[in-house]
Amino acid sequence: MSITLTVNETEYRTDAAPDTPLLWVLRDELSLTGTKFGCGIAACGACTVHVDGQAVRSCQVRLADIWGPVTTIEGLGDQTPLQAAWERHQVAQCGYCQSGQIMQAADLLANNPSPTDDDIDAAMGGNLCRCGTYTAIRAAIHDAADQMGGAQ
Amino acid sequence: MSRLGTITRRTLLVGAVAVAGGAAFGIYQIRKPVENPLTPDQGATLNPYVIIDTSGITIIAPRAEMGQGVHTTLAALVAEELDVDFASIRVEHGPPSSAYYNGALMHAALPVADYAMKDWQHTVVGGLAAASKLLGLQVTGGSTSTVDAFEKMRYAGAGAREALKAVAAERLGVDRAALRTEGGFVIAPDDTRIPYAELAMDAAARPVPDVGLRPQSDWTLLGRALPRSDMRAKITGQAQYATDIPLPGLKFATVRICPHLGGGMAGFDPAPALDLPGVERVIDMGNGVAVIARNTWAAMEGAKAVQVDWTPAPLPADMDGMFTAIAAAFDTEPNSTLRDDGDTSALPDSAINVEYRVPFLAHSTMEPQGATAWLQDGQMTIWAGNQAPRICVQVAAEAAGVPEDAITLHTTFMGGGFGRRAETDAVAQVARIAAEMPGTPIRLTWSREEDMRHDFYRPAAMARMQGAVADGRISHFNAAIAAPSVTRAAMTRIMGSAPGGADKGHVEGAFDQPYAIPNYRVAGHLADLDVPIGFWRSVGASFNGFFHESFVDELAHAAGADPLAFRLAHVAPESAVAAGVLERVRDMSGWDTPLPEGRARGVAMTWSFGTPTAVVLEIARAGGRMRVDRAFMACDPGLALDPGIIRAQMESGLIYGLSAAVMGEITFTDGRADQENFPDYDGLRMFNTPQIDVAILQDNPHMGGVGEPGTPPAAPALANAMFALTGTRARSLPLRDVADFVV
Repeated sequence: MSITLTVNETEYRTDAAPDTPLLWVLRDELSLTGTKFGCGIAACGACTVHVDGQAVRSCQVRLADIWGPVTTIEGLGDQTPLQAAWERHQVAQCGYCQSGQIMQAADLLANNPSPTDDDIDAAMGGNLCRCGTYTAIRAAIHDAADQMGGAQ
Repeated sequence: MSRLGTITRRTLLVGAVAVAGGAAFGIYQIRKPVENPLTPDQGATLNPYVIIDTSGITIIAPRAEMGQGVHTTLAALVAEELDVDFASIRVEHGPPSSAYYNGALMHAALPVADYAMKDWQHTVVGGLAAASKLLGLQVTGGSTSTVDAFEKMRYAGAGAREALKAVAAERLGVDRAALRTEGGFVIAPDDTRIPYAELAMDAAARPVPDVGLRPQSDWTLLGRALPRSDMRAKITGQAQYATDIPLPGLKFATVRICPHLGGGMAGFDPAPALDLPGVERVIDMGNGVAVIARNTWAAMEGAKAVQVDWTPAPLPADMDGMFTAIAAAFDTEPNSTLRDDGDTSALPDSAINVEYRVPFLAHSTMEPQGATAWLQDGQMTIWAGNQAPRICVQVAAEAAGVPEDAITLHTTFMGGGFGRRAETDAVAQVARIAAEMPGTPIRLTWSREEDMRHDFYRPAAMARMQGAVADGRISHFNAAIAAPSVTRAAMTRIMGSAPGGADKGHVEGAFDQPYAIPNYRVAGHLADLDVPIGFWRSVGASFNGFFHESFVDELAHAAGADPLAFRLAHVAPESAVAAGVLERVRDMSGWDTPLPEGRARGVAMTWSFGTPTAVVLEIARAGGRMRVDRAFMACDPGLALDPGIIRAQMESGLIYGLSAAVMGEITFTDGRADQENFPDYDGLRMFNTPQIDVAILQDNPHMGGVGEPGTPPAAPALANAMFALTGTRARSLPLRDVADFVV
């Protein structure tokens, strides 16, 4: 049996087991390795992608349950205001958690164009960074919000 | 795509010109070349650090990029002299090669406190770089990368530049001195511009002219916050880590090794795993199993399903037994007394006698351990994030049963290192699995549970502290430190035996602190406890900083003195540089201004890896819970090559240290770690990370490291702030055991 899914506006078909978490479908079956594995239990946020426009932990979404189009870091584009802010603030250190951080922040800004520090704390608390890039992430989110607001 | 092309370690380049000589005795020895290991498919290599081809310039930064920004700073050292557009250069790890020995590793070799080293001792240490060169120690660690590279990579850039100019001078029939360089071009007096790529092949075939280095006043890159060379790849999902390599016919593996550390496997039944969809094979790894599957999830499900009969660990059954084994070391002769000033044997009756202890810790890198390997026609290619490429090759060859020169190792980006990727266990595993399945590329990914249960942990440690004050000053300070030895454990793994003599790393952060105390002793006792332990960001200073700086705080309290002024009074006579960082955090934090009820500050200062670093933390009680609101850091690494990266490393080191101080603890039951994933072993998050201010001073006459020195003062600064707030002294970690933190 094969299952069809749409990732980054491309349709894929896979015969992986229906229970397979989306994370591993992306990484191992579709070779989209920008999404990272950190814990497998939704405790670190490294695997965050968008399903139907909403940030989810892809390690917790079964292939058979995917309810809409999937966007990964590769599909976000490379010139978004968020990434530009990440670059201005030189956020990444080891970089391993950053795909998830950026996908989570993109979700935050889509729902809340000018988040407060408390909003950022609430939205980003599930995304662990062992390098400790949090102050730079916070600054980059505020900066991106300002840029995006300015463009409206 | 890699510009290195096919590399075999035996290949000597045609026209190889080495400009990376030893920094031995502080003299650049250009006539003592190292072999250039680079063999690019196209273009030319001018020395082990520079490849030029028609598509641009590649700089080899032969240290592990695990987040600390070393690729950017090392590339800037070359680019500063080479005159290339920094934004357009590529940076790569380079192959395993003795050419990339780390001469600064030996900086830690002398049994002398860094702050107190005389100029002649720095010269001796410089001479020890020759030993590192001889041993070919291509290792990232000890916050040494920039110190090691500071001269030799600038010479690499300068030598390449002058060789390119020499070729251009011949072609144009002008004097080399009449030429200048800019943005990857040699430019003639008549403004003729020749791209480096047109000159590189000829330049690689000729001897390098004698060159000097540009004065600091001419620098345009060094000393500035540069855009990181790895930033774009890391924010677009394009950066490749060891388990991101696309290969044809790739199979996915995970391992499940005996969780009772040191135990083994009496037998196993693979059938339940092989019944699962996607599981293809179960391999006997001796002390555990590897499962091969069509994807990593299937492999991990398979690994859980294998029925295994484990044999017990040769370790104490619980933590009481482990701490008993550590405490027993206090009754043995000290391994070291690297600080032994005056007489600490006759303590006054008023002396304080207290005991401190800290737990085992995991590295808990964001990227679990993993690696990729492919055996084809007797040749094995390995992709691994690692801090020691040459050791990886050795262990992979042994595990796979192939000769070392049949192995090609690509060092990838690392999802955090913190010392964990100095170990080679996952590399040995993937080599063994790939050797079992010739022709099939194998991507090995550990589960988080496997990663947490099979770390080389920061050891648990204890300290017995005795001290006394007289006339507002410390009269006696006597520390005995007991822990298993990281140095001996790691050297035994790498070399098969441990060095004898005083273990400096065991007492770093305690014996080598710049305090003027008349009766001052630090004794290191090595405990006999065979839990796997390893280098954890700041190593011995990660616990000794806590012991030393907490106890100084106790003595300040006993003297009725302000803890920061008390430190300054003892530190200023020993080291103006260290006093400088204390004064700076005092001023930044408004230390002398009172705080409202429910808030308090704590201070700590540790000199580690050549860089004194002081931290003031401001904490607050909010609704019965404790939170760290503000952090003020001042460090003095001497010449600051990239203030942006240094600031990031200071913040990173502090957060790593605070995470451990608040909630970090690995415990063992029957030799098996009780923690298995982030809910049991978490780190600070966005909502409990303080606002951090960092000051970088440059008064230190000797360059220090920046990756580790931010970590040691974190825990004592927090414990000292808690004492100021609550009056309760925390003498053990983690602090969540004694206070309710916002987590």
